[in-house]
Amino acid sequence: MNEFLLVIHRDLKSKDASPSPEQMQAAIKPFQDWIGGIAAQNKLVAPPKRWDGDGRVIKQNTVINGPYAEIKESIGGLLMIRAENYDDAVEIAKGCPVLQWGATVEVRMAVPTV
Amino acid sequence: MQPKELLPHLFRTEYRKIVAVLCRLFGIEHIEIAEDIVSDTFLSATENWSLKGLPDNPTAWLYTVAKNKTKNYLKRDTIFKQKLSPEIKYTTDSTGEIEIDLSTKNIADSQLAMMFTVCNPAISAESQVALALNLLCGFGIQEITDAFLANKEVIYKRINRAKDKLKEAGIQIKQPTLNEIGNRLETVLTTIYLLFSEGYYSISQNITLRHDLCAEAMRLNYQLIENPATNTPAVNALFALMCFHASRFEARTNDNGTMILYEDQDESLWDRNLINKGIYHLNQASTGTVITKYHLEAGIAYWHTIKEDTPEKWENILQLYNNLLIMEYSPIAALNRTFALAKTNGKPAAIAEAEKLNLNNNHFYYSLLGNLYTDVDNQKALQHYQTAMKLATSANDKATMNRNIEQIKQYLNH
Repeated sequence: MNEFLLVIHRDLKSKDASPSPEQMQAAIKPFQDWIGGIAAQNKLVAPPKRWDGDGRVIKQNTVINGPYAEIKESIGGLLMIRAENYDDAVEIAKGCPVLQWGATVEVRMAVPTV
Repeated sequence: MQPKELLPHLFRTEYRKIVAVLCRLFGIEHIEIAEDIVSDTFLSATENWSLKGLPDNPTAWLYTVAKNKTKNYLKRDTIFKQKLSPEIKYTTDSTGEIEIDLSTKNIADSQLAMMFTVCNPAISAESQVALALNLLCGFGIQEITDAFLANKEVIYKRINRAKDKLKEAGIQIKQPTLNEIGNRLETVLTTIYLLFSEGYYSISQNITLRHDLCAEAMRLNYQLIENPATNTPAVNALFALMCFHASRFEARTNDNGTMILYEDQDESLWDRNLINKGIYHLNQASTGTVITKYHLEAGIAYWHTIKEDTPEKWENILQLYNNLLIMEYSPIAALNRTFALAKTNGKPAAIAEAEKLNLNNNHFYYSLLGNLYTDVDNQKALQHYQTAMKLATSANDKATMNRNIEQIKQYLNH
């Protein structure tokens, strides 16, 4: 088993951000069921945390308030899971319920320590 | 009550109290001396009471005799007296006699101290449970052997090894400080929960004994509630959990000791008093900001005290199981979560999730698949139940699987 990082990116800042707050509300149960399903396979590395939308972005000489938004999407959620390989991890990531509202999920494998 | 009935009862309730007080006085390294003195006290009671009849206050009689025997022992064995820690000498009165304090308060304090001593990570969890039964609950080796369905020799060795480990580790029996309570309460709760589970889920057919184990776990838990320093939300949550489970004790077995599944239980046999007590303590548990697995499990058990199937009930149970699994994985929680998912999201969704669980050696897994495939694909349901039957070990589980198989065969024939 390898460890994977699932990074959910979504539009937090633009005027008609998607998913909308109503859509996020509707996503609570499917989201909980999705995470519960990963946990039921014993593939959750650590309990996921909720991250606020405040954020700071640090560059060489500046600290900018707010989440990183120069690209349209900021980090909306982070999850660490266990999976055999990328195929397996992608299969799990496809279950993320906010994908249907335009979020993206980035999947990264932790480099195994030798 | 006649001495014949009273003595076993007093042994159960008083042995542990006097042992706890003496152990705290002598230190864990002299635990056998404490146990010998108390055993000797009960031996004197047996002889004396059968000759002269019951004293007016049998408990006070036991305390007085135990005190005298302790004092005599200390007089006789001056070397032992010298070895005792300075702390004890400090508690001696002006006459130079050691004060043996068997007041209600000191008994409660000593028992709490013993609880924190026994539930020490220096010894394995199963040894903690055996030792807790022995020292905190006054169970004899034979009873513990029956409870674990083990070999008497194995239990005897397990208890003695555990005592040796505690001695080697030099664990002091003392009132835990607030800091120690914070660090070690979790271990204490784990042991109490294991003790309860041993009684609740044991495959032993001895219903009375199983009942006693659960009652003892609840009594120990209640001691923690009675002490302000240990009356934490987690302690209340565990107590609530045990109340909800114990409320179904009468309903879950028939006269032959066969298990009756939840769906088939007569809910008029559920103990409403215990359910209400559970609700009270679950409310007490909800005062802090901490959520433990006991909170989640108590929440699940609470929803099970409502027999009627409603979408609200199963949605709540599902989300509690989701959170429980996020906090700590266990195969049984994964299976129960999938069962709840079938109730809320339908059987096809649950089947898809079940097939990812990878619990191929677990007969409960195949039993769940059998349940999920019933009415969806009865042929598959039958196969799964048959696999479950092959993997099941206990007579009760086999009987349940047999009933399921017979039922599915009937569906298939119609």
